[in-house]
Amino acid sequence: MIRRAEPLALPAALALLAALLALPLWLRSPAHQNLAILMLMMAQLGVAWNILGGYAGQISLGHAAFSGIGAYTTTLLLMKAGISPWIGAPAGALAAAAAGLVIGWPCFRLSGHYFAMATIAVAEIIQIGFGNWDYAGAAVGLTLPIDRDGWTWLIFASKAPYYYLALGLLALTLLVAFAVERSFLGYYFRAIKDDPDAARSLGVGLARYKQVALALSSALSALGGSLYALKELYIDPPSVLSTGLSIKVALVAILGGVGTLFGPVIGAAILTGIEESTRTLLGGSGRGVDLVIYALLIISIAVYYPAGVLGWVGARLRRRAARPAAR
Amino acid sequence: MLLEVEGLTRRFGGLIANDSVSFGVAAGEIVGLIGPNGAGKTTLFNCIAGHDAPSEGRIVFAGRDMAGAGPERCARAGIGRTFQIAHSFGSMSARENVMVGCFLRDWSVRSARRRADELLEFVELSPRAAVQAAALTISEQRRLAVARALAIDPRLLLLDEAMAGLNPQEVRQAVEVVRRIRSRGVACLIVEHVMEGIMPVADRLIVLDYGRKIAEGTPDQVSRDPKVLAAYLGTE
Repeated sequence: MIRRAEPLALPAALALLAALLALPLWLRSPAHQNLAILMLMMAQLGVAWNILGGYAGQISLGHAAFSGIGAYTTTLLLMKAGISPWIGAPAGALAAAAAGLVIGWPCFRLSGHYFAMATIAVAEIIQIGFGNWDYAGAAVGLTLPIDRDGWTWLIFASKAPYYYLALGLLALTLLVAFAVERSFLGYYFRAIKDDPDAARSLGVGLARYKQVALALSSALSALGGSLYALKELYIDPPSVLSTGLSIKVALVAILGGVGTLFGPVIGAAILTGIEESTRTLLGGSGRGVDLVIYALLIISIAVYYPAGVLGWVGARLRRRAARPAAR
Repeated sequence: MLLEVEGLTRRFGGLIANDSVSFGVAAGEIVGLIGPNGAGKTTLFNCIAGHDAPSEGRIVFAGRDMAGAGPERCARAGIGRTFQIAHSFGSMSARENVMVGCFLRDWSVRSARRRADELLEFVELSPRAAVQAAALTISEQRRLAVARALAIDPRLLLLDEAMAGLNPQEVRQAVEVVRRIRSRGVACLIVEHVMEGIMPVADRLIVLDYGRKIAEGTPDQVSRDPKVLAAYLGTE
């Protein structure tokens, strides 16, 4: 689909960017800033997931494994070797991409539901592995040192720097997704998703290009995981490697619109909003209500809007555009 | 010979779909592959295109043994194909469908778009370039499949029942497209049930029955061959 550039798109985008940059100045409460950071980080993970799950159509329900590998790599390098996250996070991205290639090799022999099931299993194994690995804190987890702070170590006492880091990382991830979408890779990924047999007959190596999608997707997810570790200053297997997180990441992209650039961003805003509002509205008694709402959301997306929010909006716009032409 | 098939046998358990079939296709030649339903035409096709591997025998394309090579390597070597059921990339536009094929030889999106537009013009689909492939008619999807297969710059094009389900006018249009493919120097191997579609364009016909090659020759020779008449009409 070729999108026509709207005349107002650029000014609108610049205004939105300015508003996002100024947000921490206006939104002063740490709790609200935290919520904004969570939304941005969730959106980033969703956009990263979307490269594999949305464009290439390979539904992964184990992406927490990759963000978790990023979080652990950055944390361990910082704690054990005193290496700055500026090096640790890219190292984590490489580690996650390498793990993705190893995992993808057997899993991409499976298709459809079987692939999704395999990703759950592999992610569970990784979670259990880290939970029993004493060097990596096992089940107790790892606490990051707070004696170092500032931009060298990317550890801060206030929330605002994390907000800008999350915003920057989201922008970087969107940029990569945009570049993929526009290059031959984006076409190959969509061809693999639409009709694998026809793609092969045109010389598209399925395993190879699924691996490319997985490597990109897992490396970007790892960067998100690293940022999570730096923001929370504490990680353990349930917080960064859980299947719940994997499903949430997938849901963010599916709710917003799979295979669309900004779908996961919208999905993250909606989902994080629901999660936080049920928590504040219902307090302690509301535990689990957000999960009920998730479940209802998944069901309604599957039944009514399989293309997600952006897909639905796009279809409405196309219908409106087609109407005057038909008359 | 561009393509040489020697003693190709394909067994599925106890069933022999192809029994020691041998034939060749020269560069730029149009060869028709005909035979009653279940004669083993599609199995033979799938073996040549790499989607299936022969149980025995050799497939030599441009001097290289391609038996069991897989469709990706066959495409790279220069074997393009269409499918019996149009396998369009449904969510992509006609132009984007063809662009996917163009990327095999060149990763540039801009040149792929230009080549795709040329190929769509070649199969007379230019006005439909921006339409989602899933919304095209069957005839249009067939022609789209041809443009997409040509996009990989093949030396041999395998057309699997490209004319089934088309009305007489659409068949004439398809025959015209095949003629123009030959004029580009691309050899064609065509599985076809529609005789008005294959007779006027084929240089040679190969007739399969129960997995064996029962006749080979010009359309004229083959249509007078008693074995062929028996296979089609069931006379003893």
